[in-house]
Amino acid sequence: MKPPDANRPPLLTVKDFSLEFRTRSGTVSALQHINLQLRKGEIVGLVGESGSGKSVLSYAMLGISDAAARITGGQVHFGGMDLLKAEGAALSDLRGREISMIFQSPRTALNPIRTVGLQIEDVLRRHAVHTRGRTGPDQALGFRERAIQALREVAIADPERRFNAYPFELSGGMCQRVMIAIALACRPSLLIADEPTTGLDVTTQAAVMDLLTSLAREREMSTLFITHDLGLAAEYCDRIVVMHAGHAVESAPTRELFRQPLHPYTALLMSSTPTQSSQLHSLLPVPGQLPDLRRSDLPPCRFSGRCSRASEQCQQPLPLLDAAQIHAVACWHPLQSNAAPEEIAADMADRLAAKSACEVLQT
Amino acid sequence: MSTPLSTLGHIRHVLSDNPVTLVAATLFAGFMLMALLGPSLVPFDPLATNVGPALSPPSGAHWFGTDALGRDIFSRVVVATRLDLGIAFSAVLLSFIIGMPLGLCAGFLGGWWDRVISRGADTIMAFPLFVLAMGIVAALGNTVGNIILATAVINLPFYIRVARAEANVRRDAGWIEAARLSGNGNARILAMHLFPNALPPAMVQVSLNMGWAILNAAGLSYIGLGVRPPEPEWGILVAEGAQFIVSGEWWVSFFPGMMLMLAVFTFNLLGDALRDIFDPRKRT
Amino acid sequence: MWRVVLKRLLAALPNLVGVVVITFLLTRAIPGDPAAYFAGGAATMEAVEQVRQQLGLDKPLIEQFFRYVGNLARGDLGLSLTTGQPVLKELMARLPASLEMVLLSLLLACAIAIPMGVLAATKPGSWFDQLARLITTAGVSLPTFFTGLLLAYVFYFLLGWAPAPLGRLDPIFSPPPTVTGLYLIDAALAGDRALWWAAFKQLILPVATMTIFVLAPIARMTRASMISVLSADFVRTARASGLRPSTVLVRYALRNALLPVVTTLGMVFGFMIGSSVIIEKVFGWPGVGSYAIDALTASDYAPVQGFVLTMGILFVLLNLLVDLLYVLIDPRVKIDA
Repeated sequence: MKPPDANRPPLLTVKDFSLEFRTRSGTVSALQHINLQLRKGEIVGLVGESGSGKSVLSYAMLGISDAAARITGGQVHFGGMDLLKAEGAALSDLRGREISMIFQSPRTALNPIRTVGLQIEDVLRRHAVHTRGRTGPDQALGFRERAIQALREVAIADPERRFNAYPFELSGGMCQRVMIAIALACRPSLLIADEPTTGLDVTTQAAVMDLLTSLAREREMSTLFITHDLGLAAEYCDRIVVMHAGHAVESAPTRELFRQPLHPYTALLMSSTPTQSSQLHSLLPVPGQLPDLRRSDLPPCRFSGRCSRASEQCQQPLPLLDAAQIHAVACWHPLQSNAAPEEIAADMADRLAAKSACEVLQT
Repeated sequence: MSTPLSTLGHIRHVLSDNPVTLVAATLFAGFMLMALLGPSLVPFDPLATNVGPALSPPSGAHWFGTDALGRDIFSRVVVATRLDLGIAFSAVLLSFIIGMPLGLCAGFLGGWWDRVISRGADTIMAFPLFVLAMGIVAALGNTVGNIILATAVINLPFYIRVARAEANVRRDAGWIEAARLSGNGNARILAMHLFPNALPPAMVQVSLNMGWAILNAAGLSYIGLGVRPPEPEWGILVAEGAQFIVSGEWWVSFFPGMMLMLAVFTFNLLGDALRDIFDPRKRT
Repeated sequence: MWRVVLKRLLAALPNLVGVVVITFLLTRAIPGDPAAYFAGGAATMEAVEQVRQQLGLDKPLIEQFFRYVGNLARGDLGLSLTTGQPVLKELMARLPASLEMVLLSLLLACAIAIPMGVLAATKPGSWFDQLARLITTAGVSLPTFFTGLLLAYVFYFLLGWAPAPLGRLDPIFSPPPTVTGLYLIDAALAGDRALWWAAFKQLILPVATMTIFVLAPIARMTRASMISVLSADFVRTARASGLRPSTVLVRYALRNALLPVVTTLGMVFGFMIGSSVIIEKVFGWPGVGSYAIDALTASDYAPVQGFVLTMGILFVLLNLLVDLLYVLIDPRVKIDA
């Protein structure tokens, strides 16, 4: 099916969102000036290394952040409401009904001493008041039947029997399907999938992703797919947003991103991601490490420390990622050439090595 | 391995983080003082009768009042510290000396050793421990020595378990293998290598046990076992005052009881503090 | 599941054996000549010899042990020197008094400590948390006899709210017809409201004393367990699904958190049985503990040993019960034998 019309108004808008953590060892500036947009029916991949802030962003949107989190600016608009200013009760009504989330490690993400069927029922009952108004073939059924139906929709065989199963009796893949069933039981318009396939074997990964995307397309459900695996995102997402160290650095339709990555980090990510045709020796690691986000003297562009294209100008406040643009980038020196990502990456690695060599010689 | 300096710094950090710990440390020092110097610190002879009017409430002359025989309660309570702490300390020491090696053997050598020793510890713990202590004292005779023995026996399982757990964890460690290969016999490994590593959690146990041993000894005395009157001991002092509670002379039981509680409280807090120093992860 | 139950039952057997063995050894550990002791102070040499043969004290230890076990199986725990009654009979007559106090205390302690632990866990580090910690630590540091006496002084002598610590019932009442031996239940069954209330009033102080003592382990365990569960993945999922905070707290978090608390109950029972002895002495409660103390003071050893044995067996059975309860409430155990 073709991706939705880009001219529709966005379902979810994140504007200039910043968040920090107060910890014993200092204040961690976890997210800065994030701009993001999601349209109805779109599948957007949020890609980045561990620690880039992707999960933190989703928790904050849902209002289930850690107690140490402090929102320092920005707005998150969903369906005409600013989620950050919403009351606890209103947010709680939204969660599971309009916005749902699924997590990694599905077996630990389910209540170990409650049957999976009852866990689905719990969500159905909780939002029963609201979903009563909706029409649909399953309105006439009781909660138990609807839960069994939900299990059926995620392709779990013999759902009547599985209703009474406990999570420890199910495989990892099945547990993930159950979690999807719980998340989708009330037909939300937005699903956030936080690394749903991490920890699953490759075949199960593909099955779960196929299930997710087919359900999303069927129901025109927007999906925010969070992952560190660029290859996986490439296969299933309409659009990709690249995150680095708490910043959103590039956003583009998938094909466009791979055809012409604009941000140096994106290019490096691509060349370090194995594809079907890549060879081990051609994979290049992303040089350097993530900066320590507790430091207060971080440069405006947090990638400049390990970027070969960095210059004086990179000390200036970054141009913010304009989420309305089709292909947006937050960089003073976006890549221009039409070279393949591997070549760009190799070039960058060389330049970086040369630069460090110069620095060493100069001291 | 942490350096002595960093341990000191860590201790200071824990103390400043937790003013209650500082209080506990101060109290501990106070009790040690009373135990060691008790008899020389008190105004009256704890055994002397009629140093004041019988059953008189706390006053300037008698801070804690007097009991039915006209003895000064303050003197009796302070002097009792030596006996109570002494009994508890002896019992815990005995438990430690016997229990630690047994536990280390069980954990390190495994097999038959482990089965027998663990079974023994489990059997002791199959009883409500105070009841077992009663049974032991009843069987062996009503003496202070047997109180110490009984309290030591019921505390054995704790030390056996702590030592066993520590030895078990380190049994297959690389450095133990190395020690063995370089010619160290089992006994030497146990004594020189495993024992020092098991010390920190054992120390926490010791402190907590002290509190419990004090309670135990006092409890046994309260029901008439162990120390006999007129020897001052907190449990006996409370028992002596029990009959007067219902007629309003509260001070006879109150002050020994408070001192008892303070002592147990101190050791419990100390145990918590030691746990924080040695293993912050186990904080509850 | 039955296999797991069987396993638990079998696991309790060695403990039962251990209890019997130790109690036997204690009976033989009496200093001096046990035969002379059992024969009584005024017995002649021939009488002592007779007793020795009668009790089989001249036989080897192993044989004595089997005799002992044989006697136990027949319910023969010996005779009390002071009352002349069979020890077992007296113990059984007095057991309900102790049980009533212990069970009521357990219920009350759970009713207070569990919410306390839950509340402290939802707000760790808060003033409530610190206060709860202080109260529970103080409760466990206080010797039970001291707490009991203090409570008696404040609530009976000073305030006159509680009745005199004279035992299970004010002498003007007579006990209800025995069904369970637990006065509260029996009085309720007999429909005697005044009697029920009288029995209840007498229970207040001893139960309060014991409750204060056992609050700490239950509250601490609940708190620690709750804190751990609240940060678990599945609680996050429950929140993300929009479940109400009360649902998340009770149906998802608490039920999981209570599992370790149940296993703690076994240890708690041990404390309770031990402290019940002292509490019975303080309040003149006619239970098995005071029975043993009275016998002890009179150098009457058979009741004491019978008491130790009974309490040991009771404790093993209680722990077994707790184990089985756990098997019932945790579905994962059925597979993980």
